[in-house]
Amino acid sequence: MSRAKDLLVSGVVLLLGRRGKPKFPAEHEQRIVEPGPPNRGAETVVLVLLVLVAAAAIAFMVIFSFERLAHQTQYLGLALGGAFVLLAAACVVIAHKLIVTEELQEPYPDLEHPQEIAEIDQIVDESGSRFTRKRLVRMAGLGAIGTLGLAMITPALSLGPAFATQKLKWTPWKRGRRLVDSEGRPLKATDVEEGSFYTAYPEGADRELIGSPLVVVRVPENELKSRHDWAPSGVVAFSKICTHAGCAISLYRKPTFAPVEPRPALVCPCHYSTFDPADGGKVIFGPAGRALPQLPLEVDGEGYLRAKGNFDEPIGPSWWGVRKGKAYSS
Amino acid sequence: MRVAVLAALAVALAAPPAFADSGPPRQGVVNIGGGASLYAANCSSCHGPAGEGVRNTRRGAGDVPGQGPPLRNVGARAADFYLRTGYMPLENPGQQPSRSKVLFSEQELRALVKYVASFGSGPGIPQPHPEQGSVSVGQKLFVDHCAGCHQIVAEGGYVTGARVPPLEDATDTQIAEAVRIGPYLMPKFSKTQVTPDQLNSLIAYIDYTKHPDDAGGWSLGHLGPWPEGMVTWLLAAAALVALCMTIGKRLQS
Amino acid sequence: MIRGIVRYVDTRSGGAPFVKKALRYVFPDHWSFLLGEVALYVFMLLVATGIYLTFFFDDSRSMTVYHGSYVPLHGASMSRAYESVVHLSFDVRAGLLMRQTHHWAADVFVAAIVMHLLRVLLTGAYRKPRDLTYIGGVTMLVLALLEGYLGYSMVDDLLSGMGLAIGYSVAMSLPLIGGKLAMLLWGGPYPGSPSFWPRMYIAHVLIIPILIGLVLSMHLLLVASRHHTQFKKSPRETERQVVGVPTFPGQAPRSLGLMFGTWGVLFLLGGLAQINPIWLWGPYHVGDATNGAQPDWYLGWLIGALRLVPSFDVVVGGYTLVPNPFWGGALFPLIVIGLLYLWPWLERKLSGDEAFHNLLERPRDNPRRTATVLALLVWVFLVFMAGSADRVYVFLGLSYSHQIWGYRAAVIVVPILTYFAARRVCRELLAGEVVQELHEQAKSEAVSGEVSA
Repeated sequence: MSRAKDLLVSGVVLLLGRRGKPKFPAEHEQRIVEPGPPNRGAETVVLVLLVLVAAAAIAFMVIFSFERLAHQTQYLGLALGGAFVLLAAACVVIAHKLIVTEELQEPYPDLEHPQEIAEIDQIVDESGSRFTRKRLVRMAGLGAIGTLGLAMITPALSLGPAFATQKLKWTPWKRGRRLVDSEGRPLKATDVEEGSFYTAYPEGADRELIGSPLVVVRVPENELKSRHDWAPSGVVAFSKICTHAGCAISLYRKPTFAPVEPRPALVCPCHYSTFDPADGGKVIFGPAGRALPQLPLEVDGEGYLRAKGNFDEPIGPSWWGVRKGKAYSS
Repeated sequence: MRVAVLAALAVALAAPPAFADSGPPRQGVVNIGGGASLYAANCSSCHGPAGEGVRNTRRGAGDVPGQGPPLRNVGARAADFYLRTGYMPLENPGQQPSRSKVLFSEQELRALVKYVASFGSGPGIPQPHPEQGSVSVGQKLFVDHCAGCHQIVAEGGYVTGARVPPLEDATDTQIAEAVRIGPYLMPKFSKTQVTPDQLNSLIAYIDYTKHPDDAGGWSLGHLGPWPEGMVTWLLAAAALVALCMTIGKRLQS
Repeated sequence: MIRGIVRYVDTRSGGAPFVKKALRYVFPDHWSFLLGEVALYVFMLLVATGIYLTFFFDDSRSMTVYHGSYVPLHGASMSRAYESVVHLSFDVRAGLLMRQTHHWAADVFVAAIVMHLLRVLLTGAYRKPRDLTYIGGVTMLVLALLEGYLGYSMVDDLLSGMGLAIGYSVAMSLPLIGGKLAMLLWGGPYPGSPSFWPRMYIAHVLIIPILIGLVLSMHLLLVASRHHTQFKKSPRETERQVVGVPTFPGQAPRSLGLMFGTWGVLFLLGGLAQINPIWLWGPYHVGDATNGAQPDWYLGWLIGALRLVPSFDVVVGGYTLVPNPFWGGALFPLIVIGLLYLWPWLERKLSGDEAFHNLLERPRDNPRRTATVLALLVWVFLVFMAGSADRVYVFLGLSYSHQIWGYRAAVIVVPILTYFAARRVCRELLAGEVVQELHEQAKSEAVSGEVSA
């Protein structure tokens, strides 16, 4: 058993870059690597470390063999990381104590090869001596390869509808579409209480579309500053997607006691753009460059909230054409 | 000014441990008798002598300008929440209430809560049953309603103008109260929006976030990339630089 | 035995002379020269752990309902990508260790590159004939940033989704072409076509790693062919002669020690320190968000920049020429990376120094360069810090908006102050050395005078 370990240990030591034992010192008349005195203490340390490496590696396998074990990840990491750290320690001891640190010097490689440079130039130059209209051929060649290159990358346009940015203005909202909550229950105007906030989606549409989620709150009607006819009894709905960087507006701050506390606002948690729900989603703090798009609402005969149309402008982050044209849904 | 000093002295004598706490100095709590006198001494300057609220600034006890919402019909629920979290009494009206040491005794708390509840017909103290809820249902509800402000593992956060408290110290009852009340800048959630069953699940999830499954080891406060970056630089990069310096030479200078 | 093996290989490859030369290749010795090596070893571990992870990852965003062994997510609707990573974390033995080690390695990889870059900048190692080597290094930094972003984005947890939304918005914000570019990359309006996830995946596990591997090979080849730079420690080190430890036996155990040590640190972290616990973040849906979401540290400078820009879009004739995220999310990193790319060329233009350099300068030897590097570093670092203003507010109560205004001023003023302060310190240090030298000279003269007397 111990012989096997010795073999293992010496094998590892050899692999790690110790030069073979100087069995035949007489064989080399002149040493290449400088000589140095032996250091048995350091050698012992290395041997101990290597045995520990093997022990840690075995521990890793043993820990792994358990189907379920509390803190298994921690033990595995400790064993494997420990094994590597010990191995590193062995290497460092070898480097500092058991290897002669030679200091060699040699000239830097030549910085330039003028002869070869000139010859390469000459070869290329002479190779085309049978051409009479060199410039023209070169231009034609470059043009041909450039055009072909363009042709080769053209299929990349199939990746996406790059020429259909119109799609960025599409949302599933249209006149008459009901607002439903995250469990699909239609939202009634009377459900929406002042001081609370609701996430709503278009009934029967995909919720994972950027145009789907809404944030709905109720603003006291006398505090509404604009778009009174978009907000039946003060219920306002905005796109939940921030116009700055596309995160979901999932913060609604509303004061308990208005005289001494900040006024109500919708806030994005990514860069803290803050919008005024009482004034058409106007930006009141943070980096957003556009108001939050508002969805006009109406209440049907049964009291359910329905979209009165699409958003007043395209939703989501801004791009070149965001202020040209309206959101559409057809 | 002298009144405030005397009041502070009185409290210091009556309840020495209260001031051993290193928290911010609080408005003096006068320690007398039943709910009415406690209310008069500690609450009325901002909430009015009969809980009618104070909308225009006026000078109250201890020379603090008082201004606060009416307490009629807020019920025992709100009183219990604000007093047991130490949100009230507030040093300055308008300042954000934050969790701090409760300066009232249990007996005083009960008296005060009862007194405030007597202003009108408000809701009582809720009795949630998170053990009947489901953590996974609560997780989804928490994402929908709470994570935007409180952070997904309830470690707290920021909303423009205010600090959002982490929920590690919130008791089940306090969570149930806060969801319905919406303290300070928090929205409130009605029983149709978050049903009592859902509320139980929500509380079950929040309780779970206090000791979640940290299968990966050291939790780093469940704050994500921010502390991870600190570990990267202060632990990993530092260890690797130390290793480089052990292995490589340094310039003598 | 060694001789036998070498003979076998040599007779079949003719490689013995090359190997002999490589064994005695000279490595100048200074600890800071090892930082690049650290990055190399981290990259090796990233590839190894990453290959393991690919055996378990599903790159699909089609939705499914979770019923695995992590109970708090039971019944949650999530993408298959996210589900496969939760499965890897809880139901694959050593899966979480490999995942966490991979993620820590990614964080440390960029940190090692940045430290290496700073060493190279502060000592002038990028000068001719190594400017091409340096360009390769900066390229790898950029690729590493992109690689890391894709890596944590394709998992499709809550933080991934929010990060992708921001990435999409920054792409959209590029003047003129932004909308088209974003549609092209995402295959449609956010969150994109179903093929966007396989695209991220293939870029993360194939395209970018191969690019990094190619540039890395070029980088190492150029380093070896031009040899290492060195500090002037004795008269032996000159522009024409390199002094150092040979690959074998001197350098080999050091490098191996560094490699194993690096892996050890990363596996220890991977086992002991939790990173990106996606089961706690939960799955992403377009309408979801969490407070305090942050990118991994190496993109933290971008969230800071996005938050510092005041509210405005540049609109010309009804067209939104410059949407807001452009400034912080695109222009700022373009300036920083552009400066890094142009650095060797700019220095040659400004200093008129067109010569070849094999000897390094200590930071103090070139006060203007050192001051410029530090000013740039401080600039980026302040913007980086601005990204954590919300957490600082939660912990310390410093008003967020005051902090933002403070940072807006600081990012202009502090780098300038840093420049002058650093230049001053370098000059003082140099002056101190001159005094020291004169002092020693005088002392030795006095001693020799006494002796002769």
